[in-house]
Amino acid sequence: MDPIKASLLKKSRAAKSETRGKLISLVCISLIVFIVLAIFYFVASRGLATFFKDKVSIGRFLTQSTWNPSLKDSHGHPEVGALPMIMGSFGVTFLAALLATPFAIGAGIFMTEISPKRGEKLLQPVMELLVGIPSVVYGFIGLSVIVPAVRHLFGGSGFGILAGTCVLFVMILPTVTSMTVDALKSVPRHYREASLALGATRWQTTWKVVLKAATPGILTGVVFGMARAFGEALAVQMVIGNAALLPHNLITPASTLTSVLTMGMGNTVMGSLANNALWSLALLLLLMSLLFNLLVRLIGRKGAMNR
Amino acid sequence: MADYDLTQTHIIHLDEPKHEIALSTEKLNVYYGENRAMHDASLQFERYRITALIGASGSGKSTYLRSLNRMNDNIANSRVTGKIMYRDLNINSDEIDVYKMREHIGMVFQRPNPFAKSIYDNITFALKRHGQKDKKYLDEVVETSLKQAALWDQVKDSLGKSALALSGGQQQRLCIARAIAMKPDILLLDEPASALDPISTNTVEETLIRLKEEFTIVIVTHNMQQAARISDYTAFFHSGRALEFDETRKLFTRPKIKAAEDYVSGHFG
Amino acid sequence: MNAKKWDKVATAVLTGIAGLIVLLLACLLGYILVRGLPHVTWQFLTKPAQTFTKGGGIGVQLFNSFYLLILAMVISIPLSIGAGIYLAEYAPKNWVTNVVRTAIEVLSSLPSVVVGLFGFLVFVIQFKLGFSILAGALVLTVFNLPLLTRNVEDALKSIHFTQREAGLALGLSRYETVKHVVIPEALPNIITGMILGAGRVFGEAAALIYTAGQSAPSLDFTNWNPMYIASPLNPMRPAETLAVHIWKINSEGIMPDATAVSAGASAVLIIAVLLFNWLARVIGKRVYRKMTAA
Ligand SMILES: Nc1ncnc2c1ncn2[C@@H]1O[C@H](COP(=O)(O)OP(=O)(O)OP(=O)(O)O)[C@@H](O)[C@H]1O
Ligand SMILES: [Mg+2]
Repeated sequence: MDPIKASLLKKSRAAKSETRGKLISLVCISLIVFIVLAIFYFVASRGLATFFKDKVSIGRFLTQSTWNPSLKDSHGHPEVGALPMIMGSFGVTFLAALLATPFAIGAGIFMTEISPKRGEKLLQPVMELLVGIPSVVYGFIGLSVIVPAVRHLFGGSGFGILAGTCVLFVMILPTVTSMTVDALKSVPRHYREASLALGATRWQTTWKVVLKAATPGILTGVVFGMARAFGEALAVQMVIGNAALLPHNLITPASTLTSVLTMGMGNTVMGSLANNALWSLALLLLLMSLLFNLLVRLIGRKGAMNR
Repeated sequence: MADYDLTQTHIIHLDEPKHEIALSTEKLNVYYGENRAMHDASLQFERYRITALIGASGSGKSTYLRSLNRMNDNIANSRVTGKIMYRDLNINSDEIDVYKMREHIGMVFQRPNPFAKSIYDNITFALKRHGQKDKKYLDEVVETSLKQAALWDQVKDSLGKSALALSGGQQQRLCIARAIAMKPDILLLDEPASALDPISTNTVEETLIRLKEEFTIVIVTHNMQQAARISDYTAFFHSGRALEFDETRKLFTRPKIKAAEDYVSGHFG
Repeated sequence: MNAKKWDKVATAVLTGIAGLIVLLLACLLGYILVRGLPHVTWQFLTKPAQTFTKGGGIGVQLFNSFYLLILAMVISIPLSIGAGIYLAEYAPKNWVTNVVRTAIEVLSSLPSVVVGLFGFLVFVIQFKLGFSILAGALVLTVFNLPLLTRNVEDALKSIHFTQREAGLALGLSRYETVKHVVIPEALPNIITGMILGAGRVFGEAAALIYTAGQSAPSLDFTNWNPMYIASPLNPMRPAETLAVHIWKINSEGIMPDATAVSAGASAVLIIAVLLFNWLARVIGKRVYRKMTAA
């Protein structure tokens, strides 16, 4: 028989390599997916134990304000009220986002509308460096500069939500800015040209036309920034004071979900209520991270619909 | 564009053993999703002859050509039905090893696509992967295939140079050299000269005429003169159908189908 | 006229904001370098840390950071390339792929503490690795994989499809073509992404506190047998990294010269990050030039 014909009916070396390559890459991607599932499974199984094994009610967990997992209150309920940490986390996150957004938009407009050249040459690298600085360094600077400054200006210990907000502001600024820049850049040129042709100034064009068109993208950036702020652990933990108390103002020691987790996990016994309660906080963090993801998707879908 | 009767065709049949058929299709259909881009194309390609595929843009020439060595397999949701006969095998079937098949049915694309490797490596890379280790043989193949592609004289002193540093025309000839270095049975070319200047085009045409001593060639071209000059057979495509297939001489002088007549005369007149 | 004036004011304000941000970075870097660099001596870089007395160094921590980084990259680079190849080359367009992509996105946005705690639970406790370099490297891999994978996918996708067709038409498999043609061409971008990832890993602390541990037992730099308990290469020993060290001494507050050591360590950390950034650019460009050069 024709040797070429015969070779066409056999599995070639290339075909085998294809099968092998496909398999290898499939294994790699499956591993990642498996890890994600494992994270959810393990964190959830521990985090839910507080409610199902230790019979703490979810409502109380979310609304009570005393966090003292090793003690029980007068009714015999364990004191696992996560409200102070929830408030702390949301507090620093919202305040940091509130502070960072105008800066990010300002920088974004500067980089896209006013001086793209200097934006690219100067601000772009600045942003990349700001992202690159490790969070412990931010924490250390917060501890040695911001905390004393707050103490000096407002009295008290200096630790608290205000210091946390300042640190997070710098940390999420590059995230929000770079996404804002992307959003502004993706506004089609003819939007600007049409507006300028109608006699609008550059500022009017930017404000009324460009920013409006870029809103979904900017919002996405803000949500990403908030996600980063919400999940940041060490930098915040170093400046917030770590007191699991309901924050009454911005300059008294408070705590966040992440700070309590980092401080507490090493001091509790696996499987105890105190430990399970910490895992519940981790679960809460996980769910919030999911929520932020969901928000980004919703905004993206809405933005796509408005186009 | 005029409305043509798409049911009327003129497809000659080449009888064996007078004509040795290297490759043929029977009722070949190609779908891109719901869109049927090729309707029941049945053509034969004679061994050691050049067959030209002509037709207006979008008529399905590339679609047809690419299905001959199953390059369409790689396009998501494209589907090919019908038979492609090669060495008494229907190569449009799962039992066929596509990779092996493509070693024998090579292809040169419309846009030059050299690898970002040296000129030498561009030609030897696939050979090495297929197990050819003999350095002397590889050197020889590089030289002969570059000579056949009329590129040897320009690059013989710089075989280590990156292929991306070549001009567009040179890159295309390198791609031709790369394809013939595999010593395929059949060479499929999709407008290989469309990116070339007249002189390079001329060189490539001469190359192809010389190459048909060894290979069976199927070439898509927009250039009527080119088709007339180099091909032995011509197939005319229109609206995803092969409407006329004949000896080139006949198709160009006395087309039987109105659409082909209009197309050919439009280009000559 | 009024509109024009507004335009000017807005331009000035926006330029001011941009300037402020640049100034902010300058201050941050300046502060760390001015306060930290004076402490950075050869002694400081090589001596072990002290807990209760002044004058400790960061030698062990520095070594740990690099060792951990290398281990983590050795594990995560092949995995991310494999996963990136799958997404760029093989993933069909269907809901499964969407789920996979979502999973990767979710993983990339998970807080690193959560990833660290997962590592603690699984690697340290379930796998019985204890607080160890290996556990740390594994958790850093988890932390790093999504970004590296996406980077590889993007780099591969930026290479034109015609390159794959070229390989396929020569009878090569898609995988061979990707491995020997597409990846080399995408290498500049892949390398840049990998180095940036390495920078991120180098500064990470939250994920390591409960995996690689918070203690740095002294090392015997004369014995490099990985099985030996005090060997620098022993992957089963606890290993506090530089970043964890900074956090630790600041939150414990026992070390008398914690601020000075932190400043010095921060300076080293920042210089490392700057170096990674710079390397990412330079190497990426160099590789690119080498590949396209005549
Ligand atoms: N990858 C694809 N996906 C969907 N449709 C396609 C694809 N490739 C081609 N088509 C469609 O198939 C039809 C034929 O295209 P084809 O590329 O075969 O034409 P052609 O004759 O080669 O034209 P040209 O001379 O311009 O190269 C066209 O209508 C085109 O839109
Ligand atoms: Mg075509």
